[in-house]
Amino acid sequence: MGSDLPEKGLVLLSSWPSMFGIRGVIALEEKGLEYEYREEHLGNKSATLLRLNPIHKKVPVLVHDGRPICESLIILQYIDETWPGADGAPCFLPADPFARSQARFWADFIDKKVYDAGTRLWKMKGEEHAEAKKEFIESMKLLEGELGEKPYFGGETFGFVDIALVSYACWFHTYDVTGGLNMEAELPKLMAWVKRCKERESVSKALPDPLKIYDFLLSLKKRYGIE
Amino acid sequence: MAESEDVKVLGAWPSPFVMRARIALNLKKVDYEFIAETMHPKSELLLKSNPVYKKIPVLFHKGNPICESLIIVQYIDETWTSVHPILPADPYDRAIARFWAVYIDDKWNPRMREYNMANTDEERAAVAEQIFAGAKLLEEAFQTCGKGGKWFGGDAVGYVDIVLGSWLGWIRVTEKMSGLKILDGDKFPQLAAWADRVCAEEAVKSVMPEINKMLEFGATMMARLKAASSAK
Repeated sequence: MGSDLPEKGLVLLSSWPSMFGIRGVIALEEKGLEYEYREEHLGNKSATLLRLNPIHKKVPVLVHDGRPICESLIILQYIDETWPGADGAPCFLPADPFARSQARFWADFIDKKVYDAGTRLWKMKGEEHAEAKKEFIESMKLLEGELGEKPYFGGETFGFVDIALVSYACWFHTYDVTGGLNMEAELPKLMAWVKRCKERESVSKALPDPLKIYDFLLSLKKRYGIE
Repeated sequence: MAESEDVKVLGAWPSPFVMRARIALNLKKVDYEFIAETMHPKSELLLKSNPVYKKIPVLFHKGNPICESLIIVQYIDETWTSVHPILPADPYDRAIARFWAVYIDDKWNPRMREYNMANTDEERAAVAEQIFAGAKLLEEAFQTCGKGGKWFGGDAVGYVDIVLGSWLGWIRVTEKMSGLKILDGDKFPQLAAWADRVCAEEAVKSVMPEINKMLEFGATMMARLKAASSAK
């Protein structure tokens, strides 16, 4: 019936355009873990998804030995804590509590500000759109400032905030088009960081083609009757 | 005890978010200085230490500011590790605790304000349904997380206890102001008993504001919000 989950092992229920799901893929790949990827069609959610995440009914859901974990940042921490330094892969969150608090802060900021403003770029018109554009660029500039001269948000190593933000990279082209932006020109350091992250196998494997994301958005807008 | 560590909390007495930081520090038996924020207008200290959101609480430790209450509680737990663990030890249990914290803050608690702001009986009834549905989930979560113990954290006050417990004052204010019984002992016996337990808990008692003071503050705040929304 499609609800057959293995007793042991990892399953990731996700949806290919979801930046939240992409985080799960990157994390699992970074740790070199064996997992089954299951695509959910969000217009027709599986009985398994609804059973595993009855409250939010959302992807991603990570299932480990039959038990579900929901919410992408919670999933990241779960993976990091369950497989610390597996196969020599570095930990996503730093060891120092203050550095960890900063990493959590920026990951949370990304979901509060970038997701919200980015979504409004394609949903809104007129004044609200202009407002969204301003907020989006401000938020991204703040993040670029936080990156500074470091190769990654995590410093020398690719980490929690890197995963949290690079998952949005496939949506940047869409934000450019719908927002009337040029992120390459406005955020050169950040775009350089995206390129650097894409050199990692985990990231290049997880990120879909940005043009496909834009097509996906067009079909989504059509389905919901958004102009 | 931890004076040289220089711990400060910048906050205000009505804020449940501020309460969380203080409860956590109390559980860890860490001495701290409480700095009352002026709010209107916001202090230089607040604007400088939390430039992104300009919100309380801010925890200061060794001169470093930490913002966002859930992040602060986790920081406290990860810094003072020899006393009273707040998050569970097992990664799966931690994931579940984090899940409920997010649910409480993002999904359940906003319903209370919606209820208070509702203008018609119909609207109120609809929101009340959602509040009760949420309370039912939390009643069930209490049993799953608590594993038979007196707290969401099991045998000791834990993360979810702090997160939900910090809202109790305001839940009671909503109940008094609206007449809606939320933590109904008949419907949600475990939750109701737990609520009484939390309010009596030493680490919470000292920072939980007095109900009448909160009622007064709540009434003023509601009036201001209603005026602002009708002015739009």
